[in-house]
Amino acid sequence: MEHKICAVEVHDLTVAYDTTPVLWDIDLEIPKGSLAAIVGPNGAGKTTLIKAMLGLIKPLSGEVLFFANEQNAHKNDIAYVPQSGSVDWDFPATALDIVTMGRYGRLGWLRRPGKAEKQMALEMLDKVGMLGFASRQISQLSGGQQQRVFLARALIQQAEIYLMDEPFKGVDAQTEKAFVVLLKELKRQGKTVIVVHHDLQTVTEYFDWVTLINLKIIANGPVAETYNEANLNRTYKGHGIRLKEVV
Amino acid sequence: MMDNVLFLLQDYTFRTVALGSALLGIISGVLGSFAVLRRQSLFGDGVSHAALPGVILAFLLTGNKNTEVLLLGALASGLLAALFITGIEKNSHIRFDSALALVMSVFFGLGLVLLTYSQKVPNANQAGLKRFIYGQASTLLSRDVILMAACAAILLSLVVLFWKEFKLFTFDPEFAQTLGFHTGRLNLFLSLLIVLAIIIGLQTVGVVLMSAMLIAPAAAARQWSGRLWLMVLLAAGFGAVSGVLGTLFSSAVPGLPTGPVIVVCITVIATFSLLFAPHRGLLRRILDRRKTRARFQAGISTTILKERRRLS
Repeated sequence: MEHKICAVEVHDLTVAYDTTPVLWDIDLEIPKGSLAAIVGPNGAGKTTLIKAMLGLIKPLSGEVLFFANEQNAHKNDIAYVPQSGSVDWDFPATALDIVTMGRYGRLGWLRRPGKAEKQMALEMLDKVGMLGFASRQISQLSGGQQQRVFLARALIQQAEIYLMDEPFKGVDAQTEKAFVVLLKELKRQGKTVIVVHHDLQTVTEYFDWVTLINLKIIANGPVAETYNEANLNRTYKGHGIRLKEVV
Repeated sequence: MMDNVLFLLQDYTFRTVALGSALLGIISGVLGSFAVLRRQSLFGDGVSHAALPGVILAFLLTGNKNTEVLLLGALASGLLAALFITGIEKNSHIRFDSALALVMSVFFGLGLVLLTYSQKVPNANQAGLKRFIYGQASTLLSRDVILMAACAAILLSLVVLFWKEFKLFTFDPEFAQTLGFHTGRLNLFLSLLIVLAIIIGLQTVGVVLMSAMLIAPAAAARQWSGRLWLMVLLAAGFGAVSGVLGTLFSSAVPGLPTGPVIVVCITVIATFSLLFAPHRGLLRRILDRRKTRARFQAGISTTILKERRRLS
């Protein structure tokens, strides 16, 4: 069996808000070059897991390693697509402004974005089909268009690992297909893409790695071996979903 | 009238006060934009009210009535209040608005108690401590204005220098953190600049009305612009214009207090902007809604006509 490099390793991660545990003793490895789905019911801790990986939430215990290194060493190699509802879209800025923000990390403190950054931002907007909206006020974008802008902002980071929190939320079927093409292209370039995903029907079609989570890790592995009825039943235990129709 | 205005413009006191008020307008417009976009407008109100006991204590402890000494006291108690507010919110189940109301009223009450007490201290009346409640722009001396100008220069250059970071942090602090920016420090830094902007305005408009200077120019400017830099420039402009206009009115009409008149001026600008701004104004939205309804009804009536024709 070939030994794959791990893009992300999580060891003994426990997160709690006040006294309620949200993630319990998570151990997780996702190989480099995966297109991975994090799947689980509402309140299973999917967003918390992503945020803990990014260092946005301080865990009670445990560590997160990227390419077997401490995460801080690799800020520029990790791109993040938050849920689009996490910001105030009435902020006075254009789509181009927001996408350019994805370069701020590489620029570092005090250095300003210039022509090169603007050119890159336009290319990324083109990739997500939003070139015509570059100078549009972000408050005038639809939910799906906001999601595209956030995807472009992550693409411009030119990272090694992409962490995305429900990027398909609120986008139409056509946009979702276009997103998947982009994600698969990232995978072809050897990047690792980790997506919090809700639609059980499309897991096998979109992804090659799956992490099933409900407070604890239920299963973690290649979709072909891991994504089966028994594991899904254990993940969604008590949630009343008729899983036979899904798998 | 024109002669009066020309005469005023040549008057040294008027120019000093007008320049000070304009500076106040510019600073509070610029930093207020960030406060409003970060939804920290009420925070500004809390900090300005909480500055009062600091002013009085600074006088009682030092016996000094120089503006910079009193404002240092204001800064200290303003920051202390800010610390209490965020501390209570973080470490208890009391929400931000309750924590704010609590700290603000306790500090302001303490300020009033100290103010009454200080009236018995010799020299207190001459120190003019009461001016910090409603502000008294006419007491601005040229050395006060120089102090304001120096603070303005420092604050504005810091905003220009950290423009990229402030913009990113104001829009999406979590994303900023994933990019490697230390958001805890950025938050502290930007909040400190906002508090400084408030403190600088206290002598002119007072602790009660200062939050209006922070919020109104930014709210007005947001109506006219969809870009952050334009919003900040406009807010600075609106603040400066109302500062000068307020000074002009209060000098031309005897008995009008400068600070409150400045606040009335900026309120007029803000109200006009809320009603008549081209894209976001209330009037435009009412007209748009009416147009849509008319189009919809026209659509329905043509459908009905077609249907009738088809049936007959």
